Order: sequence, then C-alpha cells, then structure tokens
Amino acid sequence: MSLQNFHAIASIYKFELHRFRRTWLTGLLVPVITTTLYFVVFGGAIGSRMTEVDGIAYGAFIVPGLIMMSMLTESIFNASFGIYMPKYSGTIYELLSAPISATETVIAYVGAAATKSLIVGTIIFLTAHLFVDLPIAHPFAMAGFMVLIAISFCLFGFILGIWAQGFEQLQVIPLLVVTPLTFLGGAFYSVHMLADPWRTMTLFNPIVYLISGFRWTFFGRGDVRIEYSLAFVAAMLILCIAIIGWIFRTGYRLKK
Amino acid sequence: MASIIEIKGLTKRYASGFEALKGVDLSIEEGEIFALLGPNGAGKTTMISIICGIARASGGSVTVAGHDIVRDYRGARTAIGLVPQELHTDQFEQVIDTVRLSRGLFGLPRNDAHVEKILRDLSLWDKRNNRIIELSGGMKRRVMIAKALSHEPRILFLDEPTAGVDVELRRDMWKLIGELRQTGVTIILTTHYIEEAEEMADRVGVINKGELMLVEDKTALMKKLGKKTLTVVLADPMETVPAELSEWNVTLNADGHEIEYIFDTQAERTGVSSLLRKLGDLGIGYKDLNTKQSSLEDIFVSLVHQEKAA
Repeated sequence: MSLQNFHAIASIYKFELHRFRRTWLTGLLVPVITTTLYFVVFGGAIGSRMTEVDGIAYGAFIVPGLIMMSMLTESIFNASFGIYMPKYSGTIYELLSAPISATETVIAYVGAAATKSLIVGTIIFLTAHLFVDLPIAHPFAMAGFMVLIAISFCLFGFILGIWAQGFEQLQVIPLLVVTPLTFLGGAFYSVHMLADPWRTMTLFNPIVYLISGFRWTFFGRGDVRIEYSLAFVAAMLILCIAIIGWIFRTGYRLKK
Repeated sequence: MASIIEIKGLTKRYASGFEALKGVDLSIEEGEIFALLGPNGAGKTTMISIICGIARASGGSVTVAGHDIVRDYRGARTAIGLVPQELHTDQFEQVIDTVRLSRGLFGLPRNDAHVEKILRDLSLWDKRNNRIIELSGGMKRRVMIAKALSHEPRILFLDEPTAGVDVELRRDMWKLIGELRQTGVTIILTTHYIEEAEEMADRVGVINKGELMLVEDKTALMKKLGKKTLTVVLADPMETVPAELSEWNVTLNADGHEIEYIFDTQAERTGVSSLLRKLGDLGIGYKDLNTKQSSLEDIFVSLVHQEKAA
C-alpha cells in the first residue's frame, strides 16, 4: 500500500471518465432501453398474469435483479476494457514507467469504472420508478450495497482485463459465466419457487447471494440471509484484491 | 561532471534462456547526450525498458539521480521521460488530453502554460484538439515526445527517435534535442542511424549481443578509429591505375577522373606526401585534393565485424 501520487489517480480517473463521456448517449440510453424492455415483457406482459412473489408485486420484485444484472455486466466490461485498451494499444508503457504504485493504479481505474456502473445502476433505479411503486426498506444499505458490488465487480473486471490476450477473451467471462449465472440467480424469480434439487443447486450460484442481499435492502427480505450476502461480497472483494496484489508483485502479463 | 545514471552489472535473461543483457556497466553524466548504437536485437531497448520500469532486470542494479529504480522507483521515474520506439498512442483521444494525462501520471499538477509551450515547440499546437488517429506518423511521434516532456524530466530517453521519420521532422528533432540540452536535460538516444549519433552525441556507446563493446567520447572515438580518405581529382582521366601506385592501394573513381587513397590518421607515416611525390614523378597532374574523415558508421561497421570475425 502506497499512496502519494494523487495527481496520477485524479488524472487517470478523469481521463477514463472522459472516455465514457464521449459515448455517454449510448452508455446511458442502452440501460434505460434494456430496462424498459424488461418491464414491458416481464412486468407488463407476463407480470400481469403473475401473483405476488414473497408478498411483493412482481414488477417491483424484479427491479433489484435488473439493476444487479446491468451493474455486474457494466462493471466487468468497463473495468476490463479500461485496463485492456492500454495493453492492446501499447500505451501501457507510460503507466509502467510512471511513478505510480499498484494501489494508485487500481484505485484510479477501478474507481472510474465503478463510477460509471453506479451511474448506470442509478438510472435503471430511476427508470424503474416510472413503471412500478418501489418501496425502499433500507435506503442507506441499498446505496452501500450498490457501491460494494460496483467495486468488487470492477476489481474482477480489472483482473479479467489484465488476463485477457484478445477481445474474445474479454467477452467470454461476462457472456458465458456472469450473464447465465445472473439469469439463474433469481433475478426474475425467488429461489423458494424452485423445487429440489434445483433449489439446492441454485444455492451454489454466487450471484444468488448478491441479488438476494440487494433485494433485502429494498423489501426487507431476501432468498438467503443478508449476513450471507454481505459475507459473500466481502469474500469476493478480498479475493480480487489478493489476486491483483499478486499480479503487480509478479508483473503477470504486465511486465516482461 | 556528476553521473546521473549508474548501471552496474545489469543482466536480463528471458524465460526462454535468451540473454538480452550480459552484465552491462555504464554511467551517464548529467547534461550529456549519449548515443547508444547497436544492430537490431543488441539489447538497446531492453536496457532502456529496465531503467524506465517497463521490464525487470535479472541481476545488477541501476540508480537514476541517486534513486534505486526498484526500491525508490518514484524518485527514479519522476526524473525520466521516455519516448519508446513504437508509436503507442491513445488513438481516439485528443492530443492535448493525452499530454495532460502524462503530466498528471508523473505527479505534477495541471499546467496549461507548460503544455502549450511544448505543443508549440513541437508544432502540435494547431493539432491540439485533433484526435490522434487523424495524425500522420511523424505527428504521432511528436505527440509521444510531447508526452515525455510534459512532466519536465531531467533525463530524456529517445528510443530510435527518427526511425521512419521524414527529413523535416528529423531536423526538428535534432534542433529540439539541442535546445533541451541547453536547459540541462540529459539525453540518451538509441539509434542505428549513425549520422544521428555523429551529429549530436557527446559520447557514444556501442552495444552488440547484450554486451557494451565500448564507450567513448565521440570525437576521441572518431580520431582513434578514424580513417581518412584522400581524393585526388586528376587533370586528365586515366584508364587504369599505374603499377607504380600499387603500394598505396589506390582506387580509380568517377570514370577515371579521381583516385582515392585511404589512410590512417594515427599512423606515423600516412603515406600522403609520398603518394603526391610519386604522382609528381610520374607526371600525373591534378586539379584538386580533398580529405574526408570516415564516419561513425564505418567505425561501427568495422567494430561489429571484428566481433563477428573473432
């Protein structure tokens, strides 16, 4: 841990957000349109035929899952792309030759990516209000949970970006692992609705704990206990930080 | 002069077993222009990469302005501006943004006046709001130099600065290097354009196959290893070299209008006066004489060849 070069952190952070700003229209429109589509299909077309889930109107029930789904994808994509691009274009030479520590680098890149994914999460949250009544049981916990999720998955994305040696590899994990796990992780249904053995199997899906925890902050209850959700997020944070520490110590895929 | 970079026993061995550097010792003096010459794959870029923090050394040590490059990397790197060989740029960003980013990366607060001065000096001011992808190769090279200078480094590394660069930019670059030197910046450049080293460098190091073969003051080097060529412009052209001149091993050039004689300036007897006397004896008239110092290139080629022969 070494923090001295605040100008460097601020410069990278601004530079990265500037990159996002250039494409702000698509960056912001896409989540709004996607969310609207989900509401039209699941909330309107299907949801009207569904009764409440765990005592919550179906339209409202899917909101935490939708926010979570977009935030996970955004976090991984933004953070992995942010660090992969300098590697790809070769401009990483400057980062490696600058008087900047590993911790500072991670704070700057992950901070910028997490900021964008929090903006997207907030937009979806606000869009959802147009469609359904949305009570928030624990507003501070909700905000805190969003921040934690954004940071953990941006750290994960950062690792992915350093590991990836091509654009396909950048896409593989989000498309083949994270998206399916999110769909099967109770974004659109409660784990209680499943019959065994699916129910037990679902509990091995880590995303269940995230969605459930986030849903708890909205409605005061989730599929699993909130403590488990928090423990899972904490474990993920620690694991990612440990891997990044190892990457910088060994120079894995960064230094020759 | 005090040394600003101290390299001791620097080695680099790749996982493949290839030894890119085999124990290099070198000390660079503050304020000098040092040219590192060597063929492709000699270890020039590897050495620079290690000093700048892009690659890790396998052994040995380097200090920059008194800071160890590993233990005190912040101190060492702050002093260095690096212009790498390849054109690595943020294609989609504007020129001025990437230059500002570089300054920030090196821990300095924003300074628009300084950035403007650099961009003007490099004739980039008009292009400051262009995206880098729109610039020509030469312009991109200038952007990379601007980035390296943005944080006011004491030492500037130029790795093959004029590779693939047009004549105009090369001239601009030489001028810029001269000006930087006036302000006390130490400059280390690698090149295989020997004229570049010849034009600008104070000292020259020749590296081949990971070993530093020699480090010498440029003029001393040229004097020591230098050969001169004497060209005699003849009054009347001749068809063949007379047998009497075979002792001097002269060659006939320019359709028989000139003869050339190569001599060693350090030799006790250069053979110049005896040759001219002989020409007089043979009744060969001449209109003009000139002598030319052999270039660093000739010196370099002969050094690398000696190595191969050995």
